[in-house]
Amino acid sequence: MLTTAQRPRLLTSTEPGWHAHIRAHGPLPPWPAAPSNRLLLEVEAAGLRGRGGGWFPTAAKMRAVMTASHNGGGPAVVVANAMESEPASLKDATLLAASPHLVLDGLVCAAQAVWAQEAILCLPQDNPAVPVVASALAERSSRGADPLPIRLVCPPHRYLSGEESALVQWLNGEEARPSMGKPYAAGVQGRPTLVQNVETLAQLALIVRHGAAWFRSAGTQAATGTTLVSVSGAVNRPGVVEIGVGTSIVEIVNRCEGVSAPVQAVLTGGYGGAWLPAALGELPWSPEDLAAHGGSAGAGVLVLLPGDSCGIAETARAVSYLAEQGAQQCGPCRFGLSALAAHMHEIAQPATSPFDQRGAAHLSSRIRGRGACRLPDGASRLADSALEVFADELSAHRRGQCSGGRQVLPTPRRKGLA
Amino acid sequence: MRELRVDPIQCQGRGLCAAAAPALVSLDEWGYPLLADGTREPITSADERAAKRAVRACPRLALALSPR
Repeated sequence: MLTTAQRPRLLTSTEPGWHAHIRAHGPLPPWPAAPSNRLLLEVEAAGLRGRGGGWFPTAAKMRAVMTASHNGGGPAVVVANAMESEPASLKDATLLAASPHLVLDGLVCAAQAVWAQEAILCLPQDNPAVPVVASALAERSSRGADPLPIRLVCPPHRYLSGEESALVQWLNGEEARPSMGKPYAAGVQGRPTLVQNVETLAQLALIVRHGAAWFRSAGTQAATGTTLVSVSGAVNRPGVVEIGVGTSIVEIVNRCEGVSAPVQAVLTGGYGGAWLPAALGELPWSPEDLAAHGGSAGAGVLVLLPGDSCGIAETARAVSYLAEQGAQQCGPCRFGLSALAAHMHEIAQPATSPFDQRGAAHLSSRIRGRGACRLPDGASRLADSALEVFADELSAHRRGQCSGGRQVLPTPRRKGLA
Repeated sequence: MRELRVDPIQCQGRGLCAAAAPALVSLDEWGYPLLADGTREPITSADERAAKRAVRACPRLALALSPR
């Protein structure tokens, strides 16, 4: 079931205040008097999956937290994750700036689903939505709108500070580095902790109001509902669009008023995602369809690479960014990722020295699956996809030619942990 | 089947695991153990003794053999 002209569900409001929110969405159903699994069953029936990048079934995550809670873990904690680490992503900040109350409703619903007694919203210090969220929280507390306290905290903005276990580490007073721990079993203060992306929570707030069947009326069989996509690069109107999952890439681009230059390839998912050739423009934007062609829906990042950019050079810059943002904890990632970045930069230079891209492929395979978090896997996938999609570019480099130096991938200066 | 697992945060590439069980564990170019599945490797019962040697050899307690 592909929705061609899905009406926005999340991005409907132009005014972030309480009254506009209630006018647009109506109030939340009352908090039940006794613990109940009705909400969890509704989330399961809706087929909601996490929008932070992993597309993991939300109900399964909730169940894991509840099981840990029942098995002596004590009352759960819910964490709304708006850390938005992918540099080309702005969906979470956009959503929070437009509809902070929808996200906060979702956070309250998630707390209800796992019977949590504490809720925390994590938003980077430098995020423009911070004052909007702070005033939304003030509005809610003056109304006594929420049955549990919601705390706003602002961790440092780094690639890994939004990684679930790293975020929990930071909330526990440590550096925001990934751990081998399982937040669902022992997270914030050692308690079972449900960490959900803010878009996932906003979707949850709508499921609670309109039900599972309504939610499933958009999206594909496997990935239901609408989703936010941050579109940038060679488009006329870069920004965030809300689409039914399964909308084609071409249609997403049309929603951004079309391409602004000939496009050679698209980056899907983010720096933890993968390149696809522009010829796959008709591909539906869903985790399954993209993965079947080597792409990734990830955190909803879509970057269009114009013809006068060099895909290898752009990838080299992205891999360097990931290398410097690594937590420097796991050897294979610490040594392998910087070696991979150096190698990518080398083959990005047209014919300055004889090169061999098999070296990059080897380094990429050396780091895959060998870290505590998914950062090395993402970098490896990104590099592998570049070597495949930009094979012609590599041949041109050997002849001393290059498509051009236009840069479209952002590499924000963020303090690393190194 | 049991599994040999490495905690990549604890592991500092000392390499004693490979010295203790060379048939089972090899090291990458930076001295970190290469396991079949990134951080894990299935262990047959014939390899269990070698796997236990590797586990005991690690000064960082980074290796573990999953319970049967």
